[in-house]
Amino acid sequence: MLNQSLSKKRKGFAVLMKALMLLSAGLTAALVLFLLLYVLGKGVPGITWELLSTNPSYLTERIGILPDILNTVYIVLATLVIVLPLGVGAAIYLTEYASNKKVVGVIEYAAETLSGIPSIIYGLVGMLLFSNSMGTCLMAGALTLVIMNLPTIMRTTQESLKTVPQSYREGAFGLGAGKWRVVRTVVLPGCVDGVITGCILSVGRILGESAALLFTAGFAHAVNGIIDGLAAPGATLTVALYVYAKEQGEFGVAFAIAAILMVLTVVINFAATLVQKYFAKRRSL
Amino acid sequence: MKKNQVLEKIIHGIFLLLGLITVGSVLLITVYLVISGIPAIREIGLIDFLFGKEWASTAAEPKYGILPFLLTSIYGTAGAILIGVPVGFMTAVYLSKMASPRVKSVMQSAVSLLAGIPSVVYGLVGMLVLVPGIRKIFHVPDGASLLAAIIVLAIMILPSIIKMSITALDAVPREYEDASLALGATPIETYFKVSVPAAKSGIAAAVVLGVGRAIGEAMAVMMVAGNVPNMPDSLFQSVRFLTTAVSSEMAYSSGLQRQALFSIALVLFLFIMLTGATLNFFLKREKE
Repeated sequence: MLNQSLSKKRKGFAVLMKALMLLSAGLTAALVLFLLLYVLGKGVPGITWELLSTNPSYLTERIGILPDILNTVYIVLATLVIVLPLGVGAAIYLTEYASNKKVVGVIEYAAETLSGIPSIIYGLVGMLLFSNSMGTCLMAGALTLVIMNLPTIMRTTQESLKTVPQSYREGAFGLGAGKWRVVRTVVLPGCVDGVITGCILSVGRILGESAALLFTAGFAHAVNGIIDGLAAPGATLTVALYVYAKEQGEFGVAFAIAAILMVLTVVINFAATLVQKYFAKRRSL
Repeated sequence: MKKNQVLEKIIHGIFLLLGLITVGSVLLITVYLVISGIPAIREIGLIDFLFGKEWASTAAEPKYGILPFLLTSIYGTAGAILIGVPVGFMTAVYLSKMASPRVKSVMQSAVSLLAGIPSVVYGLVGMLVLVPGIRKIFHVPDGASLLAAIIVLAIMILPSIIKMSITALDAVPREYEDASLALGATPIETYFKVSVPAAKSGIAAAVVLGVGRAIGEAMAVMMVAGNVPNMPDSLFQSVRFLTTAVSSEMAYSSGLQRQALFSIALVLFLFIMLTGATLNFFLKREKE
């Protein structure tokens, strides 16, 4: 590529920059590969059926993570059930109803602010707002996560609503439909892809969350049904990982949980890409 | 007809309410933090609180100076930026301008994976790889240190920096680059002297985003930094960050000690709001 007539200085610059770029990209790739292989290599051998299907018992010195798995599922479900209507509703307000630019600006600014607040602060405020009134329980954790995930659901829904052609709405209005009917029959079906993408992203965020849950959902390991479970304190997988690694020195269990989380992260990332590709393709047809 | 209009009004109202939830949440968080953060600062005194060099919350004569945490958070973030930004920036230029589409898409999934890994997993790997590694390489008694935290933070901010820089670099108009190439610049000169300056607002935003992430990270840092309230005099000092100061004593605190923890959270919150405002400034410029 390089021309013979280029000065030495210019050639040197090109070689140096190219080397630095390759080095950096290689380092990033190596990091991802190392983390993946190290965690899976250390964790997968520790994943046994007994670990997955029992609860911990001090009597028999057995460690099981079934309660943590169940708690994670409950908290994901509870959070999504609450955050979906709120986030989708807010997005519909912004794209369909809001006529005042200032109001839209304020709401969007608030959403950006929310997504920048670190989870430890959410944990603290969640503790003051929810745990102090309803006790330390999964529900308090879920409500905290609702505020955290609101901007995500809002943004993905808003983005998909923007792709609903204006002519659809005008057509429905022209046929005499009222605003609410247009929203219900034309706009809502158009935001399915945004909602699904938002759900996947939120699940990923909830799975990885720990700082916001320590003081709101607590760290108990009891097997409960979903109703009792939400009213009781409980550790999710990430919180359990933290407790086992930092407080109890049980690194085998910690790595087994880390491996499970790693696999889930890969699956969620894959699903998100797949869904986005699928909807992009369908839209272009 | 009248009934319909009333119904429409009600529904409009409901959606407005849903839209305002985010605004309400931000206000609620701010108000709660200010209300619970102010009392301890008033009791301790703002100067003693912010610039006191000693934190001894459980001593007989308790001292509540958060300068060690403040400096640790600032040094830790600066260190993470110093390592993370060059690596992330160079990776982004490579992926945006030079890499084949296939390499780009594989690497982008890898970067997304890096972003999705829970912070406790970073903390765990840091505890078992970095901490003993630092102990052996530098012959220090304990590897849980500021340096370990800086490295973990640098890795954790990498995805934000790479993703945002790629978006900014991809948006540079092709004509700029073509013009530069046509004038005889080499491709690499074009990337660094035309594309990068054109995308500088977006890249600046990426750096600020990284700062926000690094200041706010709690769990991973808690696991590798040693968590002792020392002044960060050296890279190998066991230190405590603003975030970990809040979480490490919360479980058993009470009275003034607990109120002081809320005050620390308030300081952290102000830092985050400041980075958020800076981020917005750069994003707005990028759009223009």
